Amino acid sequence: MFDKLTLSVLPDEDEALRPALREIIAGAVAAIPLDRRARSWQGFDAAFSRLLGEAGYIGLSLPRKFGGAERSPFTRFVVVEELLSAGAPVAAHWMGDRQSGPLIAHYGTDEQRAFYLPRICRGEALFCIGMSEPGSGSDLANVRTRAARGDDGSWLLNGQKIWTTNAMHSDYMIALVRTSGTSADRQSGLSQLIVDLKSPGITIRPIVDLTGDAHFAEVFFEDVHLPPEALIGEEGQGWKQVTAELAFERSGPERIYSSVVLIDAWTRHLRAVGRLDTATLRLLGSLTAQLAVLREMSIAVTARLVAGESPIVEASLVKDLGTEFEQAVPQLIGDDLGAHPDEPTDNVLYRTLLYLTHVAPSFSLRGGTREVLRGIIARGLGLR
Amino acid sequence: MMDMNELIEPFARLVEDICTPAAVRRIEEGGETGAMWSAFVDSGFLDALVPEDAGGAGLSALEAAPLISLLGRHCVPLPVGDTMVARALLAKAGREIPAGPIAIATGTGVTPFARTAAFLVTGSPEAPTAVAAAATQTGVHHDLDGYADVADSEGLRPTSAVVRALLIAGAAGRVLEMTVAYANDRVQFGKPIGRQQAVQQQLAILAEQVIAARIAAAIGVRSGFPARLLDAAIAKHGTSIAAARSAAIAHAMHGAIGISEEYDLQLLTRRLHGWRLADGSESYWAAVLGGARLASTADTSVEFIRAA
Ligand SMILES: Cc1cc2nc3c(=O)[nH]c(=O)nc-3n(C[C@H](O)[C@H](O)[C@H](O)COP(=O)(O)OP(=O)(O)OC[C@H]3O[C@@H](n4cnc5c(N)ncnc54)[C@H](O)[C@@H]3O)c2cc1C
Repeated sequence: MFDKLTLSVLPDEDEALRPALREIIAGAVAAIPLDRRARSWQGFDAAFSRLLGEAGYIGLSLPRKFGGAERSPFTRFVVVEELLSAGAPVAAHWMGDRQSGPLIAHYGTDEQRAFYLPRICRGEALFCIGMSEPGSGSDLANVRTRAARGDDGSWLLNGQKIWTTNAMHSDYMIALVRTSGTSADRQSGLSQLIVDLKSPGITIRPIVDLTGDAHFAEVFFEDVHLPPEALIGEEGQGWKQVTAELAFERSGPERIYSSVVLIDAWTRHLRAVGRLDTATLRLLGSLTAQLAVLREMSIAVTARLVAGESPIVEASLVKDLGTEFEQAVPQLIGDDLGAHPDEPTDNVLYRTLLYLTHVAPSFSLRGGTREVLRGIIARGLGLR
Repeated sequence: MMDMNELIEPFARLVEDICTPAAVRRIEEGGETGAMWSAFVDSGFLDALVPEDAGGAGLSALEAAPLISLLGRHCVPLPVGDTMVARALLAKAGREIPAGPIAIATGTGVTPFARTAAFLVTGSPEAPTAVAAAATQTGVHHDLDGYADVADSEGLRPTSAVVRALLIAGAAGRVLEMTVAYANDRVQFGKPIGRQQAVQQQLAILAEQVIAARIAAAIGVRSGFPARLLDAAIAKHGTSIAAARSAAIAHAMHGAIGISEEYDLQLLTRRLHGWRLADGSESYWAAVLGGARLASTADTSVEFIRAA
């Protein structure tokens, strides 16, 4: 079962990117305190994204003629791995690089590609993903936000999205909307629209999370007029397109590395206090070993993307296992540090630990919940 | 590299033919092993890893790995994978290779297959020694393992651990298949239990564990035999965790039939538990890896893992 998921090796030409990339990252993160770096792909810095874009590290898989580098998903794996393990603030270009760019390249018209892709690659056009709604989280086919087509082919958009990461900083949203039928029709009648967030009739309200951050938002559409070319791909094919897009969203190393700066900071702490007892070594070794296996699993899924497949089930499998690990890390390291109350701990290490502890529940929610992913895996096993 | 299917298919057919669950049970009950062993000798596969200039097939560890996993999948009751690796180590060291099944023994603990082995290989990968097998039974029902009590054989432990990791990966894969098939078959409350969401969620976790075990085992063989210490640590840690979790879920999903002796699941899960403990459990290897991590100069976990 899942026989195609096998150990794969990152190509040398991608490995070769690391030193130059590291230099750029080091310069950018040096001044960012550890607990900010723990924000990882929630950390927003538009200037840093433009810097990366200029250096050619965004939109790596996109066509050359639209500003990309026509490199493989392996290339993106290497770049993302370097960014995340350093805790670089990548949120500004994240959705465009990971999802919207590939989606537009695949389903868009040449005009759409020429208009959006070069700016995505430069880290200038920032995208957000409008899938979730108040009544439609796990049950995504239930979206009610509606776009009605006028006689001239333009769209009139009404409804609401929620939990939209970075909506307040973004230029565009790719929204999953109902273009025909009712929510009783489920998957049919859904389409994807590129919404210019500066259009009149749009209200964006940031939502503050339990750590005090405001990284996601509510977005309201009130009689928003969109041109005919807002449609991406085919009308009525939104479900199919979104499903393929989710393979990109779920397969990356971001699903295993959310807590990695904490592991590294804790390792430095162990060195500093000179702790070498067996329990400590076991915990460190266990986290390291799990990370090593997850990393190879993630590379194995990337290899399926390289082969041109849409590994939805495999990506779900790795994401579920990966987020279980990401969530265990702050719990286990918290227990370890709390079990040594007389050991001097850095204030910033403590803040990092507590930040990740508080935000960890989101790891298995964003991008599809654990229970939903397990349902997808079960279908892949032939049980549904 | 040769065509892998050309290699695996005949081996898979052989194992399927001669290591049926009934044949495995007969040996576990103390039956004769000679005929099964002869079939492996005749197949030529025992020298798969022996260098060509020493008369073997000269396969790499990577190429031989699926063969060893197949042995786990079919609960082969003889140390066939151990023998393949031991023969290669002995040949490379210019030592004489004794005829008969060889188990790799790495300490004073339980050695898998000690009861069906004629020889134990001890020592180090560079200087292996084959000695006549002498092992104390564990007394565990139908156990083929035994206490071997050999000294100074820790050097063989990483390699042996990777053999166990491959066996676990093979057995766990079969456990997943059996459990999914059972869930599609077994009807309760008017529908197959596999249609129940709670069951589906457990089977999804089982699948995750099994794939993780396969990838972990592959890490173990990626740089060949003898296995590198850190690769072995990652491989045996991951497969040992998966062994215990997979066995637990599979039994839970099977209900009572799963723990009955006549049903085949127990052949697999008893081995998963034994191999988990052999040559270092997850905690043993975690401490090895943790020590290496702290001693390394790598700045980040990712850097360490990439260099491991
Ligand atoms: C940090 C963060 C960032 C996000 N960013 C975005 C974004 O950029 N764009 C976007 O569109 N969305 C985003 N989301 C939303 C996310 O995709 C949803 O939260 C998720 O799909 C779950 O939906 P929900 O929150 O409505 O929970 P619900 O669907 O109400 O689920 C609540 C609980 O019930 C369980 N459940 C529901 N249905 C079933 C079922 N059939 N079987 C078993 N269990 C079930 C769920 O697994 C969950 O545990 C983000 C979420 C978070 C936390």
